[in-house]
Amino acid sequence: MSGQGGAMRDTGTDEGYTTADGRKIGGVAMEMRNITLRFGGVVAIKDISFDIRWGEIRAIIGPNGAGKSSMLNVISGFYHPQEGEVLYKGKRRPKMRPYQVARMGIARTFQNIALFEGMSVLDNIMTGRLHHMKANLLQQALWWGRASREEAENRTQVEKIIDFLEIQHIRKTPVARLPYGLKKRVELARALAAEPAILLLDEPMAGMNVEEKEDMSRFILDVNDEFGTTTVLIEHDMGVVMDLSDRVVVMDYGRKIGDGTPDEVRSNDEVIKAYLGVAHE
Amino acid sequence: MPDTLLFAMEATLNGLTAGVMYALVALGFVLIFKASGIFNFAQGVLALFAALTLVGFQSGQIPFSHLINAMFGTRLHHFGWNMPTLLAIPATIAVMILLAILIERYILKHLVNQEPIILFMATIGLAYFLEGFGDIMWGAEVKALDVGLPKGMSGAVDDMTFAWFGYGFYIDRLELWAAGIAAILVASLTIFSQYTKQGRALRAVADDHQAALSVGISLRFIWVLTWSIAGIVALVAGIMWGSKSGVQFSLSLIALKALPVLILGGFTSIPGAIVGGLIIGVGEKLFDFFMQPVIGGATENWFAYMLALVFLLFRPQGLFGERIIERV
Repeated sequence: MSGQGGAMRDTGTDEGYTTADGRKIGGVAMEMRNITLRFGGVVAIKDISFDIRWGEIRAIIGPNGAGKSSMLNVISGFYHPQEGEVLYKGKRRPKMRPYQVARMGIARTFQNIALFEGMSVLDNIMTGRLHHMKANLLQQALWWGRASREEAENRTQVEKIIDFLEIQHIRKTPVARLPYGLKKRVELARALAAEPAILLLDEPMAGMNVEEKEDMSRFILDVNDEFGTTTVLIEHDMGVVMDLSDRVVVMDYGRKIGDGTPDEVRSNDEVIKAYLGVAHE
Repeated sequence: MPDTLLFAMEATLNGLTAGVMYALVALGFVLIFKASGIFNFAQGVLALFAALTLVGFQSGQIPFSHLINAMFGTRLHHFGWNMPTLLAIPATIAVMILLAILIERYILKHLVNQEPIILFMATIGLAYFLEGFGDIMWGAEVKALDVGLPKGMSGAVDDMTFAWFGYGFYIDRLELWAAGIAAILVASLTIFSQYTKQGRALRAVADDHQAALSVGISLRFIWVLTWSIAGIVALVAGIMWGSKSGVQFSLSLIALKALPVLILGGFTSIPGAIVGGLIIGVGEKLFDFFMQPVIGGATENWFAYMLALVFLLFRPQGLFGERIIERV
């Protein structure tokens, strides 16, 4: 998949780092600067800054109500912070609508699954490629010129993803009939079909059994490995996240209380407090 | 062949062509309902408004002339030229698209994420507004609409059936044309929704707003698109019904005839709208034909609603509607 190739060159002076398992992590792809988000009097996010690097798996964790999903919604343009700014490829991103953010190459999944229930799995994944289609209406209607070529390309790409996520057997099934775990996988497939520069996953493992969780973890790692997709994921299950991610942001009550590698975060006092309560003396 | 059978056949044919006319109106409802889950009460008024605008353009009427005359004491009424139909139809389509943009801008945009019932109420308001607005713009008198479609008895059908059965069927040529136009309309709508990017986006928006946004679809664009298409379908319905019985207020009431069609065909199915229309058309004519001697005439006024009631009791989702699945 393309999409990352060009992006990797945009690293500027910042060279990134190499992970323990030898993957090269690039420069800063996106930076959150002093983000504050309020809903009326409620402060959902309070002055949070962190960055996301090309090619890494970046996790945002925290207890329920910590503001993780709000953070993801800020990144994907569903919410607009009152203060602070989002920098993408080193430039300040103006206030954008969610569909514009999506067209910029930032794909996402949802905590409560937002699929097109009435469509088949294949059709759902094809919608991920909508903004890769450039042929005009007449060409499309008559299946002529650019339209047929594009459709062929799109189908190839989609088939690749279907193979990759091992969902060949349900390709024609209406999504409404699928069990929960498979729905989550189809949603991931749709996001991947867009060939995103950054992939946002909102609790990809929520509500899954152990086996499904293991599958999903494997897919997330494989996607990152195979396509080099920069991935931001939200979880409140600490265990899963620590095995998956390169760097972790920890949130609690809308504040950032930790940021670093899984090991650093694990030994952070504030994080331990937030997750386990105050330690007994 | 016995006369009764021949008469029944003629009534069936007439029912089929009348059914197409109902289906044309129902189509507009289905389009908007599919794309936005809104039951558009204003669809009938849209057809009236489209027909009024078309007649206004054709006859070179000055829009708002009554209002201007009343305010400034002038005596404006016509520009003094007639616009050819081939020019007036694209001009009317442009007006319907502009209307779609305004509806999105001033109504729908502010009602995002509201309950369907709220949106439904908004379309009732729109219907009343548009009705009055159409009157102010083009005047309230009954107007004849002629876009050059043939009218009256079809000689070909008459000759053919006379040669076969020794009895010539009466079929209105206008309704035959309506059938042809409806077929073209349905074919192009189907191609549009199944094979184009915009069509796929439209289906996506109909299914889930949030998911549609996340794959880069602009909801506002899709809504304008949907209402534009509904406006164009309304124009087609307005032309057919206006040519048949003149452009007047009662044109907006054909929307009520579309209701039973929708209940039969299902609110979300384009083929359903066609089949539903045909069933109502044929059912109406045959029921009248057979029952008239028993219970008297004018059954056409209520037959469709009674049939819809029966359907509501036994198959509430209609013949082609999405199955209502309840997960326990």
